[in-house]
Amino acid sequence: MTRRTLRRLLGRATLYAAAAALTAFAGFPFYWMLVTAFKQNRDLYVGASDLRHVPWVFNQSPTLDHVRLLLHGTEFPHWILNTLLIVAVVIAVTVALAVPAGYSLARLAGRWGERLGIAIFLTYLIPPTLLFIPFSRLVSLLGLQNSWGSLILIYPTLTIPFCTWLVMGFMRSVPWDIEEQAMIDGYSRLAVILKVVPRLIVPGILSVVVFAFTLVMQEFVYALTFISSVEKMTVSLGVPIALVRGDVYHWGALMAAALVTSVPIAIVYNLFLDRFIESFTMGAVKG
Amino acid sequence: MTRREPADPPASAQPALLARGTLADRGELLGGLMLAPALAYVALLAGIPFLLAIALSFSDATAGSLRFGWAGLRNYAAILSDPVFRRALWNTIVVTVGSQALVIVLATAAAQVFRASFPGKRVARFVLLLPWAVPVSLAAIAWEWIFDSTFSVINWTLKAAGLLHGWLYWLGEPTLALLAVIIVQAWRIFPFATVIVLAGLTSIPQEILEAATVDGAGFWRRLFQIELPLLLPVTSVAVLFGTVYTATDLGVVYVLTGGGPANSTHVLPTLAFQRGILGADLGQGAAIAVFLLPLLLVVAILMLRLARHTEVGVR
Amino acid sequence: MASVEIRNLRKKFGSVWAVDGVDLTIRDGEFLVLLGPSGCGKTTLLRSIAGLERPSAGEILIGGQRVDEDVPPRHRGIAMVFQSYALYPHRTVFENIAFPLRAAHAPRRNIEEKVRWAAGVFGISAYLDRYPRQLSGGERQRVALCRALVRDPKVLLLDEPLANLDAKLRNTARDELKRFQRQIGTTTVYVTHDQIEAMGLGDRVAIMDRGKVRQLGTPQRVYEDPDDTFVATFVGQPPMNLLRLCDGAGPPGTLLGFRPEHFLPRAVLRAAEDARSFRFHVRRVEYLGSDRYLYGTLPDQCDPSPTFIAKLPATIGTPVLEGEAYEFAVPVRALCYFDSTSGLRRRG
Repeated sequence: MTRRTLRRLLGRATLYAAAAALTAFAGFPFYWMLVTAFKQNRDLYVGASDLRHVPWVFNQSPTLDHVRLLLHGTEFPHWILNTLLIVAVVIAVTVALAVPAGYSLARLAGRWGERLGIAIFLTYLIPPTLLFIPFSRLVSLLGLQNSWGSLILIYPTLTIPFCTWLVMGFMRSVPWDIEEQAMIDGYSRLAVILKVVPRLIVPGILSVVVFAFTLVMQEFVYALTFISSVEKMTVSLGVPIALVRGDVYHWGALMAAALVTSVPIAIVYNLFLDRFIESFTMGAVKG
Repeated sequence: MTRREPADPPASAQPALLARGTLADRGELLGGLMLAPALAYVALLAGIPFLLAIALSFSDATAGSLRFGWAGLRNYAAILSDPVFRRALWNTIVVTVGSQALVIVLATAAAQVFRASFPGKRVARFVLLLPWAVPVSLAAIAWEWIFDSTFSVINWTLKAAGLLHGWLYWLGEPTLALLAVIIVQAWRIFPFATVIVLAGLTSIPQEILEAATVDGAGFWRRLFQIELPLLLPVTSVAVLFGTVYTATDLGVVYVLTGGGPANSTHVLPTLAFQRGILGADLGQGAAIAVFLLPLLLVVAILMLRLARHTEVGVR
Repeated sequence: MASVEIRNLRKKFGSVWAVDGVDLTIRDGEFLVLLGPSGCGKTTLLRSIAGLERPSAGEILIGGQRVDEDVPPRHRGIAMVFQSYALYPHRTVFENIAFPLRAAHAPRRNIEEKVRWAAGVFGISAYLDRYPRQLSGGERQRVALCRALVRDPKVLLLDEPLANLDAKLRNTARDELKRFQRQIGTTTVYVTHDQIEAMGLGDRVAIMDRGKVRQLGTPQRVYEDPDDTFVATFVGQPPMNLLRLCDGAGPPGTLLGFRPEHFLPRAVLRAAEDARSFRFHVRRVEYLGSDRYLYGTLPDQCDPSPTFIAKLPATIGTPVLEGEAYEFAVPVRALCYFDSTSGLRRRG
């Protein structure tokens, strides 16, 4: 074996080891959720000081008890429905506002469009943890305490800035010539926007829907601040706050809930990843 | 300089007048109309609360009544002399800096790994991205279980490997709890940073790296003298976002430790929540949250500079 | 049919004048080519005529009527073909061609009839049911042209319509384009950076540089009789040789220009021909089949360093060796004089 091939093999081995280590670090909590969600309690609640009991594997046969408890004995199904309802409304509001705004910034706003776009994007950086206190005053002024109305009102402030930016970036990647051709062929600007643009902008809208979906699914701060009744909670609030009954942690059911909620989000998010990344890098990366 | 050719005589018959544009042709007008709703929404529901947050920090407002009295700097004086606040401020800095340092290392390494092709890469990439897509609060609850005082799988593994002889009370001991928070924050942010760095890496023209190889540069020289400098703008973007996400995050600490033990692991957002919402002292809560502003300001300025200097970035 | 008149047109992008004071009259039925390097403002000028850009100053008249202020593209009576052809990807060829007619609310029966007729003219009747992605580059170009002409525009605007075709196809497409234009006689403005297209297609050529029209004239005129050094060196391949004359050899600051194909061995010219002779030191000979390019210097001039090029057609068999000096000459009728500071032609 020459030195060259040895070095090559060594490089390959390092690569696999690094890939395995990083993936393991990222995926380990999910593996733990999976194992916990299907373990029998006898297998689950064995103190970690007992070295003869290996917690990484199923020592007893797996069980669906925790999932059953989650679906029939808790408010979890309700929370899913609540979340989906709120998501639907927020997506509708976001698409209605952010898509025209993003298009306008990309195509119609001219030179101040760039600056206005960046200004809108920067509001995305204003965190909920800075705004939840003034919002709590606003919400009580409007009488929206402990109602979905408060979340439906506030969530678009999270989704609109980023989604506007997303649509703007998307439209910039679409050549102008189809729209200009339509104007020359006899359409007014308005007719172009109403009849030609919708077809062009569909992929942009799709990524807006996905981003708004994941953002609302992930949101915790506002839900924690404004929703106090268990039956009105969203998934990301209900699971960590209300599945814990007093001091009794139903870890199996908790992990089942976390797993069931996060995997679909992750799958959807993955499909649209590249477009989001493009927007996050603000043009610092030109692919 | 321009020589005009003799012009034709103007058309003698006056042709039918060309139609003027209508409102439907006015691009700026349509642009304004399409932008206005989003702009108004953001201005009303992010801009005004933003100003209100600052105003509240100078008031004695409470959640119980709608009264709004001027309190001057009283809230600030109160929190600055409060050891819990000073601890929270310090914790915020420690958690942010610590986790982002970890993120830079992990993301740079992961980007190098995921640039290469290897069997199972798609699956590995999906797994790598899970932490970024999962809701914060659900991730935090999973980690709480992992760090559990009795059933911690980490302790079991360390003991089984013979590395641990005593016992680690992860969430019950201030230093360890803070370390746990840093680990969780780094775990949550690094996949996002990896993807951004990876995007930057793939946009470095292959020829530059090939030229360096032909010039005799080995892996490390290529990494430190060519790739990392070229990746600096992209990495900065990732770190800036990561900084904002970490410093302003409430979920991880709230779920993991609730600020305890004995208020030793509070960060600014959790303390603001405790004082402002649970304690109903809006003024003081707002004052605590306002301490996030300088950080956001710095980040915003750096972002703008990066956006302006993209031409020196990777192309 | 209509003429297009442009008066002192200016257009600013940021701090740059993309179009910087253009006066231009395009005659009724004329094929005018805007030729220039990239960034010279030719496309901006075309887009201003189309109404896609709003000029910063100046006037545009189509058929004697001001259009620059408030006439949107759809009312200008123009048609345009983009470099990308901008075919609507989700519509069939038929629907693409019908689009301008539908937008103008033409009667349904008319549309059918007109589209079929126009498709026949352009030889694309067989593709009417296909989608743009199913067509070759040349077919797409014809569809775009067909769509442009189906509603009888007064002015046809073409933005590098051949640039996306491969070299082989480009020749036939050029020939076809010229034939169509002759046939229908529509006033046409054509933008290109390719001088072969410009010379081959244009009734007249406007050569642009940095937002200005440097010269407007027939292809023959701009080639043989350039107004300034930019035109002289931009048109022609290889470009015109420019020689800085020594003081005393002419008025101070004079550049002498001559085309490589006029720079020939003295022996080739008729003895009676009034010609200016140079000693030409040949550094390198490039054999290109139909021509030989000779690269070398003029050692007797006051600045002997610049490279000059002679282009010898295959019909001139005079042997030329690298490293040798020969007596070359340029007929006096083929000499141009320029002012070295302004670059402008000195006539007379």
